[in-house]
Amino acid sequence: MRTGREDAGVSRANDEEHINANDGDDTPPPPLPPRPLPGPQPNHEILIAAAAERPSLQSKPTTAVSSMSIQTLSFPDGTRGTFTSGGDDPSAKGSDNVVIPGDLASTRGPNAAPDDLDDSMSVATFAPTLRAPGDLASLLGGAISKRSPAWKLLRLQSATIQPFETMRLEDDPTLSEFPKEFDGIPDETEKDWSDWDRLVVWKSKLKHYMILSSAGKPIYSRHGDLALINSSMGVVQTIISFYEGAKNPLMGFAAGNTRFVIVIRGPLYFVAISKLGESDTQLRAQLDALYMQILSTLTLPTLTHIFANRPSTDLRRPLEGTESLLSSLADCFTKGSPSALLGALECLKIRKSHRHAINNAFLKSRADNLLYGLIVAGGKLVSVIRPRKHSLHPSDLQLIFNMLFESGGVKAGGGDNWIPLCLPAFNNRGYLYMYVNFLDGEVASPTTPAGAHSIHEETAIILISPDKESFFTLQQMKDDVVAELQKRGSLDIIRTAARQGRPQVAEVAPGSQISHFLFKSKANVQFCMSALDPAFSDAVSHRRLMSLYHNMHATVHAKHAHLKVIHSVGTDSTSLAWVTPIFEFFCIAGPNASRHVMTQGANRVIQWAKREEERLFIIGGGVF
Amino acid sequence: MADSAPRPSSSVKLVLLGEAAVGKSSLVLRFVNNDFQENKEPTIGAAFLTQKCNLPTRTIKFEIWDTAGQERFASLAPMYYRNAQAALVVYDLTKPTSLIKAKHWVAELQRQASPGIVIALVGNKLDLTNASAAAAGGSSEDEDEESGGAAGGDGGDESGDARKISTDEAKTYAEEESLLFFETSAKTGHNVSEVFTAIANAIPETSLKSTRGPGASNAVSRGGDEQRVNLTGPRGDASKDSCAC
Repeated sequence: MRTGREDAGVSRANDEEHINANDGDDTPPPPLPPRPLPGPQPNHEILIAAAAERPSLQSKPTTAVSSMSIQTLSFPDGTRGTFTSGGDDPSAKGSDNVVIPGDLASTRGPNAAPDDLDDSMSVATFAPTLRAPGDLASLLGGAISKRSPAWKLLRLQSATIQPFETMRLEDDPTLSEFPKEFDGIPDETEKDWSDWDRLVVWKSKLKHYMILSSAGKPIYSRHGDLALINSSMGVVQTIISFYEGAKNPLMGFAAGNTRFVIVIRGPLYFVAISKLGESDTQLRAQLDALYMQILSTLTLPTLTHIFANRPSTDLRRPLEGTESLLSSLADCFTKGSPSALLGALECLKIRKSHRHAINNAFLKSRADNLLYGLIVAGGKLVSVIRPRKHSLHPSDLQLIFNMLFESGGVKAGGGDNWIPLCLPAFNNRGYLYMYVNFLDGEVASPTTPAGAHSIHEETAIILISPDKESFFTLQQMKDDVVAELQKRGSLDIIRTAARQGRPQVAEVAPGSQISHFLFKSKANVQFCMSALDPAFSDAVSHRRLMSLYHNMHATVHAKHAHLKVIHSVGTDSTSLAWVTPIFEFFCIAGPNASRHVMTQGANRVIQWAKREEERLFIIGGGVF
Repeated sequence: MADSAPRPSSSVKLVLLGEAAVGKSSLVLRFVNNDFQENKEPTIGAAFLTQKCNLPTRTIKFEIWDTAGQERFASLAPMYYRNAQAALVVYDLTKPTSLIKAKHWVAELQRQASPGIVIALVGNKLDLTNASAAAAGGSSEDEDEESGGAAGGDGGDESGDARKISTDEAKTYAEEESLLFFETSAKTGHNVSEVFTAIANAIPETSLKSTRGPGASNAVSRGGDEQRVNLTGPRGDASKDSCAC
């Protein structure tokens, strides 16, 4: 990371600002004693039968959050809101105005701690982890979970409260503006808006992404047209270049509860400004994804060449037309994406034999110059065929899925699409050519009118080839695949499964009080989750859920945290995270769910995931 | 467009070229689906669509390459126009640079594409001009008064008239280069099907014979010795008739 001295300087500068605004103090927490580096992970005994290591379909995610790259720390000493505060740099030794944690919490005022994520991470959160590491049996069997029958009965009565149910939007100063987060800012043509008003709206956004060149030319900003924020970009460039010049790159800093994270990639500066409480590592992964999107448009040699020739180039021109891709990617992060958080893919749940049949139909019609073939339904992977030597990277697939299912530019045109793109994790030096066809337009089922399909239910065939002349070959292949799938009835299976959506928790673990869960299979780099409807279908509760997951994820993946299980109780929700070498599991329940009930539910979900593994996940895929 | 009449059917490869955001995809969407989307996202790469067009004597199946207008895709354009029999070069009536770009495309097509290629110059976004109100009616009688309005609209700052390129300017250029010429609005649908019908009519019978029937799309082999079609005579009339400018 960076050295503490400069960093503290920045923090101090922000503190002064903060005092004016808040009449309080916001400083990094006291320096921690150095901790040992994480050694090899101890091999914990896992209650669930361990899944055999399988050949992974995907290679390891290149932008995924791994425990080795985590630089943030959560403090088990009760320093709350450390993820957004400036103090999550464990090497910050230069801070001279030390505030004790309790004081910190009290002086931060209404706009710092009290969002749900921080509350959920109470001191008690960390208690179980101090016991025998990662051993759920002890968690289950501990005396602490033994309650009198009366108490249990009482629990049963109250347990129906959903997470966040008791929260009101106006109590939550951070997220109260969230519904307006994606509204546009009026541009200069609107006469009754002054620049000042526009800046106020701009500043009210909870999340900003900015991209600029090292020469200070603005390239992209999620909010506000570049004329409006040109001066802000200038300030950002000045600050970053100052540290660059000192050969001591700035990684991030905090102002109040706003976290600034900077990623420098070649000639480009990426800045994320977040009030949503993600960790630095998570924000950095998001910025890396934006960088990947730029590479996907330009390729690395082109990008390097452009700036080598003329450092002052305006990159907006070469990137013209991809702003919507960057924005949909950014919004996906702002809304909260489990896929991005876990660095994993979601697959459509179908029977193993059905998937096998689809793979075979796909392989049978394979064109000679095919590199990858994918069938995707409702943003979930149905089938993959790939050469034996090559695997697909989740980060590349994230870019493809974003282009096809989030930004809408491809689907809107209709017909067959032929898209040159670079898959940076596969090869950042050259273009591949992607044939895309959305099936529903042609073979809409008779019961539903074609217009009734939302983009999230549609089935697409994606064929990727290195040969730019192979459009008609691949189109022919698509026709063959579709005919074959139709013959075998696979298309209806895919459509039914896509319409069915994600399973409800009640189907997976009947009787458990868990409201939502995430399960990632590490070997397959894939995840599954329960349905978001109805409890988490609106934007704010979805964001709350995702913030909680982000927070848990950051905590278990913190560099020096040897955490295997977190059980976290808050006034609004109870959450549980469980990480083993095989899987990562996160779940959330209402505030009254006991630990016993949570762990029982967790066990049931994990058993379900194990049982259904070959339906939930693509294991290997079709290889040729 | 479902037509079971035993009229001879032939495929025509058509490519759309032009600056970004002039409305190429919107024209195609209007022609193929009779639909329009506000604030459509930019095309990435290219899209391939088909649509039939019925003429009195034959059916033309258009195989349309709708290309992305961004500069970085320009190097891929030859792949799409190489075997095309027709090209739609689109510009934005409200954006002078887009006509310059269109002229570049016309020059490139004349230099590099098949010698007999039928090129139509299309000024899109007619709905943003003063003429739109009348033009939306689809009548061509008010041609004169609209031309006057368009000429006056050159200044561009009259209320409601965003036109920056006069009809005369573009039309003169089109006649010099022997191009079909239309002013259209993908938003209102004005003149859109007329463009495609005129192209279908302009494709010489001889060039259709080798591409008869579906599936021959990627095997367009036409004699390089084919005469360049002279589009000035009857074509000029056609544009006058169907374009309400």
